[in-house]
Amino acid sequence: MQRILITGAASAIAEATARLYAERGARLHLLARNQARLKDIAADLLVRGASGVTTAVLDMNDTDAHEAAIAQAGQALGGIDVVLVAHGTLPDQASCEASRELNLREFATNGTSTIAFVAALVAPMRAQHSGCIAVISSVAGDRGRQSNYTYGAAKAAVSAYLSGLRQRLGPDGINVLTIKPGFVDTPMTASFRKGALWAKPDAIAAGIVRAADRGKGEVYLPQFWWAIMLMIRHVPEFIFRRLKL
Amino acid sequence: MPAAGTSWGRYPRVKQRIASVVDRHAGLPAVEGSMLPHGNGRSYGDSCLNDGGTLLHARHLDRFIAFDPATGVVDCEAGVLLAEILDLVVPQGWFIAVTPGTKFVTVGGAIANDVHGKNHHRTGTFGRHVVELELVRSDRGHLLCSSTTEPELFAATVGGLGLTGLITRAKLQLRRIQGPWMVTEQLRFRSFGEFFALSEASERDFEYTVAWVDCAAGGTRLGRGLFSRANHAPAHPAQRPGAPSRRLAVPFTPPVSLINRHSLKAFNTLYYHRQRGEVAHAVTHYEPYFYPLDSVGDWNRIYGPRGFLQYQCVVPPAVAPEAITRLATTIAAAGAGSFLAVLKQFGDVPSPGLMSFPRPGATLAMDFPFDGAAVLALLDRLDDIVGESGGAVYPAKDARMPGVRFRQYFPAWETFSRFIDPRFSSSFWRRVET
Repeated sequence: MQRILITGAASAIAEATARLYAERGARLHLLARNQARLKDIAADLLVRGASGVTTAVLDMNDTDAHEAAIAQAGQALGGIDVVLVAHGTLPDQASCEASRELNLREFATNGTSTIAFVAALVAPMRAQHSGCIAVISSVAGDRGRQSNYTYGAAKAAVSAYLSGLRQRLGPDGINVLTIKPGFVDTPMTASFRKGALWAKPDAIAAGIVRAADRGKGEVYLPQFWWAIMLMIRHVPEFIFRRLKL
Repeated sequence: MPAAGTSWGRYPRVKQRIASVVDRHAGLPAVEGSMLPHGNGRSYGDSCLNDGGTLLHARHLDRFIAFDPATGVVDCEAGVLLAEILDLVVPQGWFIAVTPGTKFVTVGGAIANDVHGKNHHRTGTFGRHVVELELVRSDRGHLLCSSTTEPELFAATVGGLGLTGLITRAKLQLRRIQGPWMVTEQLRFRSFGEFFALSEASERDFEYTVAWVDCAAGGTRLGRGLFSRANHAPAHPAQRPGAPSRRLAVPFTPPVSLINRHSLKAFNTLYYHRQRGEVAHAVTHYEPYFYPLDSVGDWNRIYGPRGFLQYQCVVPPAVAPEAITRLATTIAAAGAGSFLAVLKQFGDVPSPGLMSFPRPGATLAMDFPFDGAAVLALLDRLDDIVGESGGAVYPAKDARMPGVRFRQYFPAWETFSRFIDPRFSSSFWRRVET
């Protein structure tokens, strides 16, 4: 039986992933800001086959509370096999430009809070010599674009941090998985026009579980984003600066 | 999956806004103009559309709340698909009490259309197995409804086409099964007379009965078809076929309908003669038995960009043989005809909804490619026959019935209209109410 800890558990991708683990009979510990949502999700996961579900309310920007939250999760689960760090927002770039405070807060929500949480996981995960730290970054972190560079910069910081941490924790038998979804059709992107590049949360969730099972280091979801981002990363800057992406 | 905001027949096309509902505890979203709940968009016509208004896209209300494997009561949010319930409950020995011909409908949609299945003669409609539902109204907030609590609102909501408020949650009573298999028999019949005789003879011993009719055949071949009857298999049937794994899909919409009078005639003749003997016995998994078309993704695309119309009517038992013959003769004479014509006898188990479509008699369902005035004129002629015989046409599949016919088919419409949420409306309702 797998023991799973999830942050941002009320997000669409996190919930879809939690369902897949529940169907395997996993035990889950869920963190999110909204108690009512956590209660609904926990009931659903139990019906779907979870061996047990515990929840705790946590604002991920309250980084002082991370260590205690992780200790509580470890106790509730009796050890942690997979951590899915899935909290985040999709800030509006124009609003971020207009407000220094919002700009930094969005960077914290999507970047520094994730880094702080992952850092707090290192000691307990090393103590058990096993496990997987899976973190939702984004294709947006591969190169800054004018449409969402606050979000992209935060995700770039997360991706770089994870890349280093993966090297460091490898010898301890701990896998660090960087997940880079492309466009996902969730309530977070409800106001966007959807084209052929958009994927459903269920498909992203299946990709996350598969990558975690196989001990992968980095995964683009759906996989075709690997090719798209390869091209985007290699567009020379003198051309890239003129693009409207 | 269809984009939110279209109906399964892809006709008519409308312009509407979409508001996602993700939290069942929240109130209705603040929108201007009228609202209409929308599940998975499997209604064929315009009963799930709201031209110029807003659709409350409720497919994301997809959480289970509780399931008791001892009693077979499942409590879930209204956007859960029947497919998702089956995945959960079949391995635990339960089945949906009443299932339509696709499992890709939401619980909310199944209630709002009070859907029926091949076991109507035994089990009645879907609504009879709804223990309780939660409704959110613009004027009264969250309400629990059942046959004993708010019974009038419950009766209006079952079969109420989403107009009485947003269904957010429902408790359903399932039925026990021993396993996922069906024991089936398929028998050939040469006339409607033979169909009615077979149907009557099968009702007592078979939970599920339905027939396919070759409605491209006229003259002496009129009324030929295949009669299918089945029961859930015992725990250990002789054969145990697995669930089908292959899933086909229609990858794009062809520029014209692939269904026309020539392809139709060829298909129907081949299908009728596919079966060698008079009777074919088989043990099959429940999926190909109940949901043959679900294995072909986006099958509605084969009708081309103009879409198609489905026509399903019911005619009373006393006049059924004569009325069905007249309908089939009219269709064959028009050279139209449908690739899937389905004929079934409803039983006399009363429907719980004020506006439920199923009632005692014979029901015939057909698809017609939309080709403009010709098909509309044909369906008006069919309405004349149904109207004269005292029958009705199914709103969930309708995109064109005249209001005067609707009000004749559903005499409770005026009583019903008192229960409509003041902020709710649909393209269908605006079309038939006047």
